[in-house]
Amino acid sequence: MMMEPFEIVSGIAAPMLDANIDTDVIMPKQFLMGVDRKGLDRGVFFDQRFVADGQPNPDFVLNEPRYTDCKFLLTGPNFGCGSSREHAVWGLKQLGIRALIGTSFAGIFFDNCMRNGVLAAIVAEQDLKDLAGIVAENPGKPTTVNLQEQRISISGQIDLSFEIDELRKQTLMTGLDPIGATLQHRQEIVDFEQKHLQANPWLAD
Amino acid sequence: MKPRTLPRTLYDKIIDSHTVKTLDDDGHVLLYIDRHIINEYTSPQAFSGLRDQNREVWRPATTLAVVDHVNSTEPERVNFSPDESGANQMKYLAENCEKYGIELFDLLDKRQGIEHVVAPEQGLVLPGMVIAAGDSHTTTYGALGAFGFGIGTSEIEHLLATQTLVYKRLKTMRVSINGALGFGVTSKDLIMAVIQMIGSSGATGFVMEFTGSTISSLSVEARMTICNMAVEAGARGAYMAPDDKVFDYLQGKPRAPEGPLWAKAVEAWRELKSDNDAQFDMQVDLDASTIEPMVSWGISPDQSSGISGVVPSAEQLATYHEKTAIEKAQKYMDLSAGTRFADITITHAFIGSCTNSRIEDLRQVAEVLKGRHVAKGVRAILVPGSSLVRQQAEEEGLADIFTAAGFEWRQSGCSLCLAMNDDVLRPGERCASSTNRNFEGRQGAGARTHLMSPAMVAAAAVTGHLTDVRKLVRGE
Ligand code: SF4
Repeated sequence: MMMEPFEIVSGIAAPMLDANIDTDVIMPKQFLMGVDRKGLDRGVFFDQRFVADGQPNPDFVLNEPRYTDCKFLLTGPNFGCGSSREHAVWGLKQLGIRALIGTSFAGIFFDNCMRNGVLAAIVAEQDLKDLAGIVAENPGKPTTVNLQEQRISISGQIDLSFEIDELRKQTLMTGLDPIGATLQHRQEIVDFEQKHLQANPWLAD
Repeated sequence: MKPRTLPRTLYDKIIDSHTVKTLDDDGHVLLYIDRHIINEYTSPQAFSGLRDQNREVWRPATTLAVVDHVNSTEPERVNFSPDESGANQMKYLAENCEKYGIELFDLLDKRQGIEHVVAPEQGLVLPGMVIAAGDSHTTTYGALGAFGFGIGTSEIEHLLATQTLVYKRLKTMRVSINGALGFGVTSKDLIMAVIQMIGSSGATGFVMEFTGSTISSLSVEARMTICNMAVEAGARGAYMAPDDKVFDYLQGKPRAPEGPLWAKAVEAWRELKSDNDAQFDMQVDLDASTIEPMVSWGISPDQSSGISGVVPSAEQLATYHEKTAIEKAQKYMDLSAGTRFADITITHAFIGSCTNSRIEDLRQVAEVLKGRHVAKGVRAILVPGSSLVRQQAEEEGLADIFTAAGFEWRQSGCSLCLAMNDDVLRPGERCASSTNRNFEGRQGAGARTHLMSPAMVAAAAVTGHLTDVRKLVRGE
């Protein structure tokens, strides 16, 4: 399946800097019951975003008018830890989030992001602090993320670099289907499998 | 990537032997996967992807499907989910297994259970294998000397279609645990102590190799608890070199090799260990004799302490993140600094989950519950890890002890570990739990979870508050 390619994206960034925000919190269990990916935007941070009667919780950061249309989240350490549920990333994407900018991400979540065209950009701790400070002081001012150049900037105020390995970068930039790419190596997989099962005959079907 | 020369870690050896192709200089390989376990809630969209693209499943016989997350665990087994959408997921899983020729343990199958309990129990997890599953606790399989790791739904689809994953090599951490475990201290306490020590992202980007005399002394089931929870320290995999205990555990299991093939396999498995002078990127040491039974007090698995302690105060901590995390946790858990753990009263006790619901866990629970009764005002629930564990516990007379003590004796499933079925706590309820995650809302929105060993849960259930099981059993 093609993903939406990521090149240069500009938009509002919102701070969610607490440590260890887990995927149970990002996408609570009641939204895991489907067989498709529909309607998950409503589930994102559901227990914090909405109060008991389903109205938006005014105290939740993404409900502040300045952040309601955000495209980026500035995230605290170990964002996305816990359950493997890809629903968390599908929901964030459906909510319009294109990139997460943080110091570290949990492993499965990190991979899930890439597989859905969501950039998880790793920045230095001080850079994240600086960026969060500038975002807080400049409501409405867009942040620009340039994947090719690996830069995050707010015009005239900050311009910093982020880390990403080349394979992830290319996958995000092209949006090409990774299964199709792997199946180009079909013959190599067949050959490997044959040798592997011969060497370990107890693994054969 | 620099060419890997001897000496190598066991992890390196397993990855090397499953590498179809090196993809770049960054550590990415196309990794061949020997076994794949799927469940009803993370697989549907993967199958839809296959159907949309008209793709086939590469090697259906390597995949096992189990229903475990959405089903009811009511004492009478029924083949439906308490919830319409859960029923729909079960139905879609059955349809997909039928269409693609994948074996399914449905609710009425006597081998049904939590995927990570079922797969080892059936002998589907063998030393040296690479196993992936759409569930983070796939790390459990490392206890048998296999390399297991969790994947998302897109990767389930990739694996079904290609038998491979695009994989990036992890850094390696060796955790050496030596010394004798004290009375009443279990492998759950060990892994909780490790997580507390290195933090919930301490092993992010790493695979953990557990080694040392304490690990060797543990049973295979106790080792599974350790590998299972390694993911709560951020590890994407955790393993132990397989030994005779592992081979004994596997011999005669339904799917384990037999006869000459068994002998040949064991011969190969004996080679599965890190070379003596293999280099690890990080080393952690722990003296097991210093560990006491652990309990969690916060909303992240690293927010825990020995039972004799108190809820810590934010002032003691250095960094901004640590302070805010503590304050947030105390608020959610409704606990204040300095509260003694023994003064925390509970409304619920839950024993279950892929961390602690195997037969040895249940035997330990029965030891504590024998001749005792659940405290007034506590609802106590025991959900065995598989239908076969349930059967065995009944045959051994354990189930009678549980019910006599006032525990609900349930059918198998994930149940209150993540509360995706009808077992859900209400806001403000507080549960002593043998599970693996104390996240906000994990057992129900607003519910509070204290992680601990199964024996510690049993002790809390009978006293009504967090309790040092050692004192209870010794009558102190
Ligand atoms: S028991 Fe809990 S942790 Fe284990 S697979 Fe089920 S929900 Fe996940």
